[in-house]
Amino acid sequence: MKRLLKGGRVVDPANGRDGAFDVLIDGDRIARVGRDLPIDIDTSVVEIPTGFVVCPGLIDMHVHLREPGQEHKETVATGCAAAVAGGFTAVACMPNTVPVNDNAGVTEYVLKKAAEANMARVYPIGAVSRGQKGEQLADIAELRHAGCVAISDDGHPVATALLMRRALEYAGMFRMVVIDHCEDQTLKGDGVAHEGFSASTLGLRGIPGEAESIMVQRDVALAELTRAALHIAHVSAHQSLDAVRYGKTRGAPVTCEVTPHHFVLTDDMLASPRPYDTNVKMNPPLRDDMDRDAMLNGIVDGTVDAIATDHAPHHYDEKDVEFDRAPFGITGLETAVSLSLDRLVHSGAITLARLIELMAVNPARILSVPGGSLSEGAPADVTILAPDLRVTVSVAAMRSKSKNTPFDGWQLRGGIAATLVGGRVVYVNESVNLRM
Amino acid sequence: MKKDLLAIADLTREEIYLILDTAEAMREIGLRPIKKVPTLRGKTIVNLFFEPSTRTRTSFEIAEKRLSADTLNIAVATSSVLKGETLVDTAMNIEAMAPDMIVLRHASSGACHLLARICKSRIINAGDGMHEHPTQALLDAFTIREHKKRIEGLKVAIVGDLLHSRVLRSNVQLLTRLGADVCLSGPPTMVPAGIERCGVRVLTSVDEAVVGADVIMMLRIQQERMQGAFFPSLREYFTVFGMTAERVRRAKPDVIIMHPGPMNRGVEIASDVADGPYSVILEQVANGVAVRMAVLYLLAGAPEMD
Repeated sequence: MKRLLKGGRVVDPANGRDGAFDVLIDGDRIARVGRDLPIDIDTSVVEIPTGFVVCPGLIDMHVHLREPGQEHKETVATGCAAAVAGGFTAVACMPNTVPVNDNAGVTEYVLKKAAEANMARVYPIGAVSRGQKGEQLADIAELRHAGCVAISDDGHPVATALLMRRALEYAGMFRMVVIDHCEDQTLKGDGVAHEGFSASTLGLRGIPGEAESIMVQRDVALAELTRAALHIAHVSAHQSLDAVRYGKTRGAPVTCEVTPHHFVLTDDMLASPRPYDTNVKMNPPLRDDMDRDAMLNGIVDGTVDAIATDHAPHHYDEKDVEFDRAPFGITGLETAVSLSLDRLVHSGAITLARLIELMAVNPARILSVPGGSLSEGAPADVTILAPDLRVTVSVAAMRSKSKNTPFDGWQLRGGIAATLVGGRVVYVNESVNLRM
Repeated sequence: MKKDLLAIADLTREEIYLILDTAEAMREIGLRPIKKVPTLRGKTIVNLFFEPSTRTRTSFEIAEKRLSADTLNIAVATSSVLKGETLVDTAMNIEAMAPDMIVLRHASSGACHLLARICKSRIINAGDGMHEHPTQALLDAFTIREHKKRIEGLKVAIVGDLLHSRVLRSNVQLLTRLGADVCLSGPPTMVPAGIERCGVRVLTSVDEAVVGADVIMMLRIQQERMQGAFFPSLREYFTVFGMTAERVRRAKPDVIIMHPGPMNRGVEIASDVADGPYSVILEQVANGVAVRMAVLYLLAGAPEMD
């Protein structure tokens, strides 16, 4: 069966396209992209409303799906449902499950659950070290063979420079990027919020930006030493971006991501509108205006390669506690596109094409996975955006099993119209006028 | 007044003065042969203490009893918290028994905000983590005003562990609001980031900080802070920051020395200073009862006084 997406604005930076094109999907592949494509008898035509954007499926390279082990927070199925509702056709899931994804058994289990869910594509990320303990390397070849696309000890930094060096060297052999959650544990201490005025007046223990940037600097040096691909997860401090920028000018194979909450929010949220709201507790923490602005600048000037959500679902019982006892993290899959369109594109900071690079092209390239383009013959993973849609964020309507987001009730401009994975329509927004 | 007293920011300048003025009247009750008025008769007040406290809990309990409230004390060791109940569940269970007020002491900053969100009862913060201890700051202000007849324009030096102190945070808020000139001094390892934005000065040298001071307020040093490398030893701390008679001489001749307790003699304060003529440390404790009576009375909606 063929499906023609007719009349939309196609934004496909990988092919240098931004304009009115038709996209013909044949089965699970992109067949053709062009103007006024002929319509065969067996082609169903989808009229794309004016103003809507057809782009390569978005890829969130940093999510926590919590399965196996913490299914009360999220499952692969609920996480994938949230992903496609948020416009993501693929997600890469971190290995800090219970048990840790440090062996083929867990990887295969996650992939089996993803196949059963049959929504977004799921790319497991394996652990750097056995049990994420930072002692000896996990069986990385085995993880690769089972389907892992990268390795990371996310949630924990790779504490020693030696292990990080070895991980880069060893994973490089399989062309797997090492994704590091950079945090000097001794500087972080028992901190729960960004070290600054808000935390000081609220009596919350602080985490300075340097707790992150010190390890980013170390990792950039190791990427230069090993020439192996390094990706810095959820950059939050301006000093960290400076370190990445420095590495890039030296030709080190380093990339980095920023989350929507770090380019939208600041630590002012700790005090207001709801003091000690545990839904603004995440790691790394929300930082100050200067850091937030640095994230925006990094997105504009190209230092930032990807926007990733660090989708971290937690049950409300776990979050409805004293601030210092609450787990770190917020959900992100169903708010990322609206926040990005509103705060990056409509604000005039970047073009839509640049946003697609950050959310599709670059994640595919960094992880060496299919997708990120509407090239003929590519998998028909397509996101249809409604960039001018007025969206009111509603946790009640979310598909994620967890509701821990500080954005409930926010009014944003820009949303998702539909999501196609492998040519199959996996999500249609009922509030837009689009007949698939 | 707002429903709850969680932080000094909940109070207007006028309300602060109202509390201090009301406390003057309350103190008089404590001087009577029968130290009791029926003002809060029929009101139930729960003192919910998740941290050990002698002074504050006793002070609240005496204040409540002098106002004829029905009070009960729940201490962590005897509560179901040890059975793994969350703070929210504990609070909802107490709330179900419809007390009028809950006085909360908790080790986590913001714990009282959590309670205030779910409880109809009025919440009084009796110290939450490193955040605030508003009734302590109020009783400190009461004590200062009694001696100096004013707060505006006074030079107040606060010395010690600034980072971990809830007393510091409440006093900074209150004293700057009332127009005092506040100067902080402590080891740079224990200065909260950005605290100057509250309108205070921070001086590393305690000798400079106390020059010309009308009030010197000492903060407690917790002995285990050495483990966090905040300072090398208690002996060295005393040498560099301890309040000695020699340092007190740099202040105004009529300086008063305050300490919220419990004191570590020979660590943050020399015994001859703590026991000396400038010390108002025990007056602070005495005034605490009157100030807490005023807070309870005003929060209860200021019913007619007997």
